[in-house]
Amino acid sequence: MSTYEMLRLLWWVVLGVLLIGIAVMDGFDMGSAILLPFVGRTDMERRVVINTVGPVWEGNQVWLILGGGAIFAAWPPLYAVAFSGFYLAMLLLLASLILRPVGFKFRSKLPGARWRATWDSALFIGGLVPALVFGVAFGNVLQGVPFRFDDMLRMTYAGSFFGLFNPFALLCGLVSVAMLTLHGASWLAGKTEGMVQVRARRAGGIAGIVVLVLFALGGVWAARLDGYAIVHFAGADAPSNPLLKQVARVPGGLLANYAAYPWMLAAPVLGFAGVLGAILLLRTRHPGLTFVASGLGVAGIVATAGVSLFPFLLPSSLDPNAGLTVWDASSSAATLAIMAGVTAILLPIVLAYTAWVYHVLRGPVTAASIEADSHTAY
Amino acid sequence: MIAMDIVTLSRLQFGLTALYHFLFVPLTLGLSVLLAIMESVYVTTGRTIWRDAVKFWGVLYGINFAMGVATGITMEFQFGTNWAYYSHYVGDIFGAPLAIEGLMAFFLEATFVGLFFFGWGRLTRIQHLLATCLMALGTNLSALWILIANGWMQNPVGARFDLATMRMEVTDFWAVVFNPVAQAKFVHTISAGYVVGSMFVLSISAYYLLTGRHRAIAIRSMTVAASFGLASALSVVVLGDESGYMASLNQKMKVAAIEAAWHTEAAPAAFTVIGIPDLATRRTEYAVRIPYLLGMIATRSLDGKVAGIENLVGVAKRRIASGMLAYGAMESLRAHPADPTALATFKAHVGDLGYGLLLKRYTPDVSQATPAQIDAAAWDTVPPVLPLFFSFRLMVALGFYFIALFATMFWQASKRQLERHRWLLRLCLWSLPLPWVAAEVGWYVAEGGRQPWTIDGVLPTFLSVSSISATDVVISLAGFVLLYSGLAVVEMFLMLRAIRTGPETSPARPPRASAVRPAVPLAAD
Repeated sequence: MSTYEMLRLLWWVVLGVLLIGIAVMDGFDMGSAILLPFVGRTDMERRVVINTVGPVWEGNQVWLILGGGAIFAAWPPLYAVAFSGFYLAMLLLLASLILRPVGFKFRSKLPGARWRATWDSALFIGGLVPALVFGVAFGNVLQGVPFRFDDMLRMTYAGSFFGLFNPFALLCGLVSVAMLTLHGASWLAGKTEGMVQVRARRAGGIAGIVVLVLFALGGVWAARLDGYAIVHFAGADAPSNPLLKQVARVPGGLLANYAAYPWMLAAPVLGFAGVLGAILLLRTRHPGLTFVASGLGVAGIVATAGVSLFPFLLPSSLDPNAGLTVWDASSSAATLAIMAGVTAILLPIVLAYTAWVYHVLRGPVTAASIEADSHTAY
Repeated sequence: MIAMDIVTLSRLQFGLTALYHFLFVPLTLGLSVLLAIMESVYVTTGRTIWRDAVKFWGVLYGINFAMGVATGITMEFQFGTNWAYYSHYVGDIFGAPLAIEGLMAFFLEATFVGLFFFGWGRLTRIQHLLATCLMALGTNLSALWILIANGWMQNPVGARFDLATMRMEVTDFWAVVFNPVAQAKFVHTISAGYVVGSMFVLSISAYYLLTGRHRAIAIRSMTVAASFGLASALSVVVLGDESGYMASLNQKMKVAAIEAAWHTEAAPAAFTVIGIPDLATRRTEYAVRIPYLLGMIATRSLDGKVAGIENLVGVAKRRIASGMLAYGAMESLRAHPADPTALATFKAHVGDLGYGLLLKRYTPDVSQATPAQIDAAAWDTVPPVLPLFFSFRLMVALGFYFIALFATMFWQASKRQLERHRWLLRLCLWSLPLPWVAAEVGWYVAEGGRQPWTIDGVLPTFLSVSSISATDVVISLAGFVLLYSGLAVVEMFLMLRAIRTGPETSPARPPRASAVRPAVPLAAD
């Protein structure tokens, strides 16, 4: 195996880790925001929900920003095609993400009921819309996206905004929303007490069952969808030019990887097992374990999408040859190597101080703790 | 060919969202450091009034920080959404500093900002100070990596064009990191941020002194702001000069446009303090000039010449002709990859490929461009002279004004008579918006002066856009204007309200006892 090939595989794994990082870390505060109107009926209950994520959502959001930056650095064509191709969906995502920071920060500044209800809606939208758009985006990527390149590698995209919301993609969007709702519920079940906790457990149980059903349905549906296969391979260490290979559409072949590489079944199995575990654990008094289980479930579901596509990152339905793969959509070997070194040094440091911060902030958030801390709490 | 309305709309959207984002960034930069300074004083002296000051400025910092985060995501996304060809063409180099920024800087800043606000009751004084310092460090490191990325757009070192992948690829990562242009811009930009932060604290403190409220905190804050502001204002001018010197080495056209230097003068060139550049006659009317000064600033010598616009257009014409050869060779190589003559031609002229690409605006067949097209493309390399000329002068004049104001207030503070002259306090109050004006026109000078390139000499701006429809961009631009205007109103309202409410002072008591006691009961889970 050449160095370039190894680096590309490594960055494929890192891409997966980052996407899972976004879903697990940013996902629980988006899930909590989705649950906000349902588990918090009074203003104090809602403040409890908001304050469980209040000190940490900024750090969590960096996973998303890092994800964007890392795709830009390691997979520039993927960044260019996905972000410009899904233009209006990306802008919708962006607008909802913009509502989050201001929602958290501005809500508690005034006492008025209408003021607070407005920012509650902003936070709800800031949780729901990104969860939905991410899922819908994955649903489209799995089916292939209509784009092509000219000979200067300028990309043109032939799809429309509403075309993104096709039935299979919407199903993926719902899986994503339900999965982050479950994950948010696991978080809230561990960080709150009283009625909020009771409602979070109940909501988590429902969301969990919805995930199981929809994820299974998605699997059955996906088995009938077309896949893509490289028929003329330019090589695992060829230059990153997607036009050097030839690709064929394989009818009903989206899940062909699982026959070729049975170990990949570990991803969907982990998805089901984690979600099932979280549903069961929500009824017990093991908040840490519940959160780990739902986190593993989220990881398994995200990984399922990734391994199903391998070696593709973004297949093209318009000109299959233009599809982006692990072998032809990366940065140069030099950039991948430098970024691998930088990540290997910095990521452990990030994880270490993040863990310390969560340790400092451990323990449940209650009405009493918010009142004791009324100057700084949200 | 690319429709120019997409280019104009995309530039408008990027420019507006970037300038809007940079209303919040410099205040975050400056206030984070000022908070760390004030909290250090609190920890070393143990006087709770400093903690009250930190908490008060922290409230304003928090409102501002949220807006900075919210509008910052837009910036990262927009390279992909609106500048997809740029992202493909230079992502190999440009993406890395953005990713490292997230990993090294933004994680640090965003993780510890949570502890800054929520950690008062849970951390010891030293631990909390550490959290504040790490937050400020993260903010500043963030600026470092962003300016490394931006510096590379101005001075694209350590990279080459790769024929197989049709994009720029990195050859020397350390050259990108230690790019002298990036380093000069970094120190200039964070100093500007410190000036913004200092002016913010100075003005609001002046408001309190004028209205006779919160005197104790206002005087202390003002003293810190005046001294830190003076150091920063000096640094911003000195390092701005360094930035200008760097630009004169590699972006000669930018310097010529800023100076409205139409023709190359005998060395050392005179500096035009003010005048009215006339595009039609290519002369600067009513010019007030200081002999020798420009030559000395730009070349740091008495015999270095500062190239004029007309002469640089001549250079551009030659480089365009050379770029046409590179482009023609590239097309031959696509048909016959092993053709040795084409490969030799390509290697000899690839450095001018970007100049060849300027012709794409006029003809799809770059290698067959007519002399008229070459002439037009060469004149395209001149950025807009008039706005650059005046923006630059406004920025510099403000820079000197800040030095004078902070020096005066520093003098007053050291004589302990900050409240003596009410007109000075009023001047401080009314100077509040000025550093923002300077920062925004400064960015205009840097980025407007870079036109017509996104990557100087490598990739023209009009080629960098995504292949999206003008309707899409109109929708998103309208969305941004609506959302950002709404948020601006809310933000200003909350800021003014927090300022009017003012700091809360805690009763003087031994701080240590309250600082270590957790305010929140810890669960034993």
